[in-house]
Amino acid sequence: MQYQLPPVWTKLYRHAVFPEFSHDERARYNFLANLNRFISTVIAPGNQIAFQNRVKPAFEKEKGRTFANRHEVAEAMSKDPVYQSWAALRRCTMEMRQQNGRAVVMRQAKELADKVKQYAGDNLILKKNFKVPEYLRHVDNHLMPGSYHTSYFEGDVSNAANYDSGLFVTSGGMLGSLTDGGGKAIAKWVKEYYPDFRPKKILDIGCGLGHNTLPLAEAFPDAEVIGIDAGEPMLRYGAARANALGVKNVKFIQMDAEDMSEFEDETFDWVQTTMFLHETGGKAIHKIMKEIGRVLKKGGLCLHIEQPQYTPDMSYYEQFMRDWDAYYNAEPYWGHMHDLQPEDLMAECGIPKERFMQIGVKAVNDLDTQKKDDKITEDYGRTPIWNVFGGWK
Amino acid sequence: MSVNAKNELSGSHAGSNQAPVSEQNGAFGFGADILMAGNKSKGKRPYFFNSEETERVLNIAMAAAAEVAVIRERLDTIERLLESKGLLKQSEIEAYEPDDKAAEERQLWHARFAARLLRIIQQEIEAVAKPEENKPMQQIADEINEM
Ligand SMILES: C[S@@+](CC[C@H](N)C(=O)[O-])C[C@H]1O[C@@H](n2cnc3c(N)ncnc32)[C@H](O)[C@@H]1O
Repeated sequence: MQYQLPPVWTKLYRHAVFPEFSHDERARYNFLANLNRFISTVIAPGNQIAFQNRVKPAFEKEKGRTFANRHEVAEAMSKDPVYQSWAALRRCTMEMRQQNGRAVVMRQAKELADKVKQYAGDNLILKKNFKVPEYLRHVDNHLMPGSYHTSYFEGDVSNAANYDSGLFVTSGGMLGSLTDGGGKAIAKWVKEYYPDFRPKKILDIGCGLGHNTLPLAEAFPDAEVIGIDAGEPMLRYGAARANALGVKNVKFIQMDAEDMSEFEDETFDWVQTTMFLHETGGKAIHKIMKEIGRVLKKGGLCLHIEQPQYTPDMSYYEQFMRDWDAYYNAEPYWGHMHDLQPEDLMAECGIPKERFMQIGVKAVNDLDTQKKDDKITEDYGRTPIWNVFGGWK
Repeated sequence: MSVNAKNELSGSHAGSNQAPVSEQNGAFGFGADILMAGNKSKGKRPYFFNSEETERVLNIAMAAAAEVAVIRERLDTIERLLESKGLLKQSEIEAYEPDDKAAEERQLWHARFAARLLRIIQQEIEAVAKPEENKPMQQIADEINEM
């Protein structure tokens, strides 16, 4: 196998509201990106080897049968030294990534708030008494203390700036210089397959700071794009970032996707979510589906970029590996959500089974130095190949 | 944004563009930002090794390793800057051979470094070697009480 180096951190495009990084802070991220690359390409495959060569044979010998579900795999793997080292290191690097990123933004939190204020425009609507969904307050997603919604003072955006600067580390730089590989990929795919589709209103639910929202706005400059999210710092930072990048046809609104009553029925030609559904909750997801069905125009497009669902033909080992981030990278709904069938979810938002579609899309990465379609080592949940499902209403 | 506005906001380190950013006071008061940076996230932390102690040490070792990488990158920057200013060639560094005195000083540094790193193992061996100096402190206290 050819060892592929991640791009250096300085290749990230630093827009005007991006946090400042000292030499050492950049070096810390370079270290972590390389460490993650090593862990995911050299150590992680050891899990599969350990599973095949000793964990599975030992289990089968002891029980006289093979695994019955992913939980049994998890239990057996948890005792394997290779798995233990891999998991301990992966957890460790995630915590380090948070600490390093937060140390960068916390020391300049005031300056960041100030920069964001400077780039503020009329593309942001925040709500005074907004109620952050309970499930979001219940966990710190991705081990980010304070998650997406916490501001430490009025106008603070540190958690968003931390998220913006650090995704590079988690993804090993595979999402491009603006961390927008997913949005670019979906825009490209839609244009290629539906060249006549001219959406006038696009809704991106759980848009975060707009990494994957802006590519939609840029791909469809005549469309009005609205991103909604529950996280105030994300929206504040995202709106300023859009202004800094000169993307004009996008608006950021604070809104709980479970109740989008501000939008009339059949408002949008396209409703998009990206890496969103698995960070919702067991009841919320159904309310959200219903709301999507309501605000989506008849004949409109609905797409969700997600991790792959668990299907009967996915091995218990793979399910277990894919479950890992759910528990150990604090995305606890992930495991449960992937037991739902996407066809059923889509039926809930008015897309009949015969119009349901599911595709795999590879991130568009402008930093990809190799420029050829290299075989990517599967890094369960971190590989930039996404499962997209949805359909036309 | 005007330069003034920035200086006002950045408070104590206003204008001190020269100072390494990492040494500036954070928005939350001196030292508070790094503590906030290291805050625990919600939920019980999982430990994967059979002993939590091992995993704790791993985490500390990885943090130290990160700082070694940081120093290495900084040094590399210095070397390249020196080279670009014509003060030094990296090939000179590669070709450098210390004279006897320098060589000895450097070896001594390495020896001390290794000893610092592995102190605890040295002491564990000393404990086995001299059991008479390895009594529990309670026992020593009781003995001293009789002295
Ligand atoms: C993993 S982030 C994805 C961000 C973005 N789509 C992207 O691809 O970069 C998930 C986002 O969903 C938001 N979110 C979760 N539940 C929500 C809800 N009920 N209403 C609005 N936003 C929500 C969170 O605040 C968070 O910013």
